[in-house]
Amino acid sequence: MDERRICLKVNGKQYDEMAETRMTLVDFLREKLGLTGTHIGCEHGVCGACTVLLNGTAVRSCLMFAVQAEQGEIATVESLAEGGELHPLQKAFCEHHALQCGFCTPGFLMTACAFLQENHAPSVDEIRLAISGNLCRCTGYESIIKAIAAASRVMQHQGMRAPYRTYPISTK
Amino acid sequence: MKPAPFQYHDPRTVDEVVSLLGRLGEDAKILAGGQSLVPLMNFRLARPRHLVDINKVSSLDHIREEDHHLVIGALARQRMIEFSELVHRKNPLLIEACRQIGHPAIRNRGTVCGSLAHADPAAEWPALALVMDASLVVRGPKGERHVPASDFFLSYFTTCLDPRELVVEVRVPELPPGAGSCFLEVSRRHGDFALVGAAVWLTADASGICADCGIALAGVAACAVRARAAERRLKGERLTDSLFAKVAKSIPDELDPTSDLHASAEYRRKVAAEIVRRALGIARQRMGKS
Repeated sequence: MDERRICLKVNGKQYDEMAETRMTLVDFLREKLGLTGTHIGCEHGVCGACTVLLNGTAVRSCLMFAVQAEQGEIATVESLAEGGELHPLQKAFCEHHALQCGFCTPGFLMTACAFLQENHAPSVDEIRLAISGNLCRCTGYESIIKAIAAASRVMQHQGMRAPYRTYPISTK
Repeated sequence: MKPAPFQYHDPRTVDEVVSLLGRLGEDAKILAGGQSLVPLMNFRLARPRHLVDINKVSSLDHIREEDHHLVIGALARQRMIEFSELVHRKNPLLIEACRQIGHPAIRNRGTVCGSLAHADPAAEWPALALVMDASLVVRGPKGERHVPASDFFLSYFTTCLDPRELVVEVRVPELPPGAGSCFLEVSRRHGDFALVGAAVWLTADASGICADCGIALAGVAACAVRARAAERRLKGERLTDSLFAKVAKSIPDELDPTSDLHASAEYRRKVAAEIVRRALGIARQRMGKS
């Protein structure tokens, strides 16, 4: 069995765990770290439910091995609420009924989180494009689009509240 | 656990990668962005015994300009192309195509060279490499070689790469001065693989006569296809709507699409002709602006 020691930061907290190298990042988060907020859907990169932030950018955690996140910084849906207060995106999702069963919601929230860091005042079309890689079987998407638009307005007023740290996208 | 067990390697230099590949041969697969390989491994359609992860080879993380070419390293992600000011100036066709690849989270990880080595006939990069006459810089135990894109792709998911070789970088010529370009694709949903994709560029002389051009298509044969006959019909002619319509009509003659769940071969032929016609019109509008 090929095992590695994996040191990484998740939601600002340092972890140090042994894992098989074939363990995907999403399984590592859920099974080794007990962070079950990130959901596993299709396991081949189509549904977007497992989206997390790696060093500030959205990635599919089913398409990475945990060993590849060594020394990285991950943000999951658990990082959004602070001190019992929901993140503006979470509040907007509640207010606009942007979830029913909730299975896809962690992926939508983290996708929207990364997107709003890049685009502070998105149009509806831009939001549609941004979430085109996330599947929701309940809502029909309209309420999700409204929620993200509403959250972007709130976040413009309150200032950006990134999960814990953002990185500029490399443009070299 | 989804993937079958494998031995994981994370070399730091290209030399280490090449020596690992030389030793492991066909038992090894290279892991770059993983956006095609890891799904195959999760389904156990791919069961490599060794995985050579190149993500820590920092010397491959480049997009640079060299002798009128964009040189794109094996670890340059699709999103780096999308946001690159250099690529925007030198070859905006690449950016237009990149924005149609998957979704942002996929493009954050997926690499240009990985897409080329994967050689999905419906993917954007093989068509881009063909239409621009790009060349791939490949390194293996016998040293380095430069492979023209036209020799690189052999069939579905098959290239001339030896299992012991690594695509180190791809060299994409910049668009000629004053060229107009366009990338269009038709897919069932945004971000899906294209049913058909078309990459075109055009240049014209002062009197509006086509000086040079390129047309390539994705999703219409076992590899991406360069529509050479259509290009010959454009060169030396005035770039009018009626010429575009005539040339587009002949496009299906150069294609060999198959039918599948998503579209029939006949539909793909029709779509190919139509998007080439539209792409030529848009490329003409964009001429002279670069």
